[in-house]
Amino acid sequence: MKKWAQKLGMVALLLALWEGLSRSGIWSPHLFPGPMKVAESLVAMAKDGRLGSATLRSLGRLSRAYLLSVSIGVPLGLLTARVAFFRNAVKPVVMGLQALPSICWLPLALLWFGLTDAAILFVVVMGSVLSIAIATEDAVNGLDPQLARVASTLGVRGPRFYFGVLLPGALPGIVTGLKLGWSFAWRALLAGELLFVSGGLGQLLTMGRELMDVPQVMAVMVAIIVIGIAVDRVLFQTVETRLRRRWGLTATV
Amino acid sequence: MVRALLARWKKWRSSLRLLQPAHVDPGRAKISIAQLGHRYANKVVALHDVNLNVRTGEFVCLLGPSGCGKSTLLFALAGHVEPTGGTVSIDGKRIHGPGPDRLLMFQEAALFPWLTVRGNITFALAARGIPRDERRARADTFIRRVQLTGFEDSLPHQLSGGMKMRASLARALAVDPAVLLMDEPFGSLDAQTRVHMQELLQSIWMRTAKTIVFVTHDVQEALMLGTRVVLMAPRPGRVVRDLEVHLPMPRSMEDARLTEMARHVRRLLRHFEVPDSEHPTPPPRRALPARGLLRPSPLPSR
Repeated sequence: MKKWAQKLGMVALLLALWEGLSRSGIWSPHLFPGPMKVAESLVAMAKDGRLGSATLRSLGRLSRAYLLSVSIGVPLGLLTARVAFFRNAVKPVVMGLQALPSICWLPLALLWFGLTDAAILFVVVMGSVLSIAIATEDAVNGLDPQLARVASTLGVRGPRFYFGVLLPGALPGIVTGLKLGWSFAWRALLAGELLFVSGGLGQLLTMGRELMDVPQVMAVMVAIIVIGIAVDRVLFQTVETRLRRRWGLTATV
Repeated sequence: MVRALLARWKKWRSSLRLLQPAHVDPGRAKISIAQLGHRYANKVVALHDVNLNVRTGEFVCLLGPSGCGKSTLLFALAGHVEPTGGTVSIDGKRIHGPGPDRLLMFQEAALFPWLTVRGNITFALAARGIPRDERRARADTFIRRVQLTGFEDSLPHQLSGGMKMRASLARALAVDPAVLLMDEPFGSLDAQTRVHMQELLQSIWMRTAKTIVFVTHDVQEALMLGTRVVLMAPRPGRVVRDLEVHLPMPRSMEDARLTEMARHVRRLLRHFEVPDSEHPTPPPRRALPARGLLRPSPLPSR
């Protein structure tokens, strides 16, 4: 209860500061609108459906790219952890590419795929697949050696070992990796959408800039923050907490 | 005074009668260990010239202080450690690696944390190729045998330490290996739970007459459970005594004869543990020069 009061108090304080600054007249009200203006713009966009359709478009794109990332990243991480060739040859490549910010792939993607959805999908996949693979590898390597030994004495091997011991044992770590991959994907998506007309949230931001509509820019930023928090807190946090509880990793029962 | 001494001597005699050297014909042994030696990569000699034969249905306790190689010996039996010398055979066949005829139980329960108690057992049964429709009934039978009825669907982290160990024991028994190997399985339990587990294991052993090799450093535990107690000494790890315990089962920790035997065994262990220089009188048997033992050469040269 106290925690919530502090949280809400902080938000209220920031809003008040924002409102105060915009009213003080240091900056032009066109460039620095107050929260009320921004809220109006947000409501207006929500009403005429621009916000809804842009959000749907962005999230649809994101989910396709993310599914692709997961279906490549998790097996890749598993192979890197278990197969010597992948550990020796593929892992350095993965680590090297991880150093490249995902948006750097966009020029190449535009040349390869043109101004299409595929270009953005490519950027998002490149942005998240490697971090998912690395987190999966870490989780698999971090499997309790006791469980590996007991599996061996029980005669668990082959696919049963992979799907019955290795994957479930690494699952909490893998989910953490999926969360990380999601936030990377979300960033890459918006960066990609900003740079060319795409009908997503990124485009709403660019439109706001072109029309000098600062309230719209700020309103879309707020929307992006809210969606990001919602997915992270509601989806991943719930799954992670449940998993950790079932696996007995949290103290609370 | 004299009478008291005489009484003590009588007691000592009786404990000797209950503890007699074991002689097992290697040809008729279930497990046969011959000239086993193991040296770790860092040149530490964990085992030196260990010979041990175990008959079917025996409950053998490997007893000794830490560092005497008892766990290494057990791991070599399980196939988790490849010994650097000598042979381990079961039913006359040399073993290489873990096999379905043996099962190793660890100090920790080592249950799969995402599976329920029943799930842990059925998963192990599936790995051993038991048909799907038999697994559940068999799991429930063994859950009942270790008195965990009502906890079939509990997750491991919801159980106490003793219950986890019982679940682990049920899993091991359900798999039904010819030989059960146990590495200080009750070492991490509190004293009271440990006694419960010992009594449970004893009653299960009396029913199933399974061949069990049990590692412990607890003298009372070894004498309470074992039909045979194999005493080991460190530096290098070796077998110093192989004794049969002639005390009828079920045994009780409070049994005066058991306490007396424990005293005798402790004296023996202490005797072998301290370096020879501190002993003015040489040990009665197998007094080997320590220098020669520290560097056993596996090469027949020279």
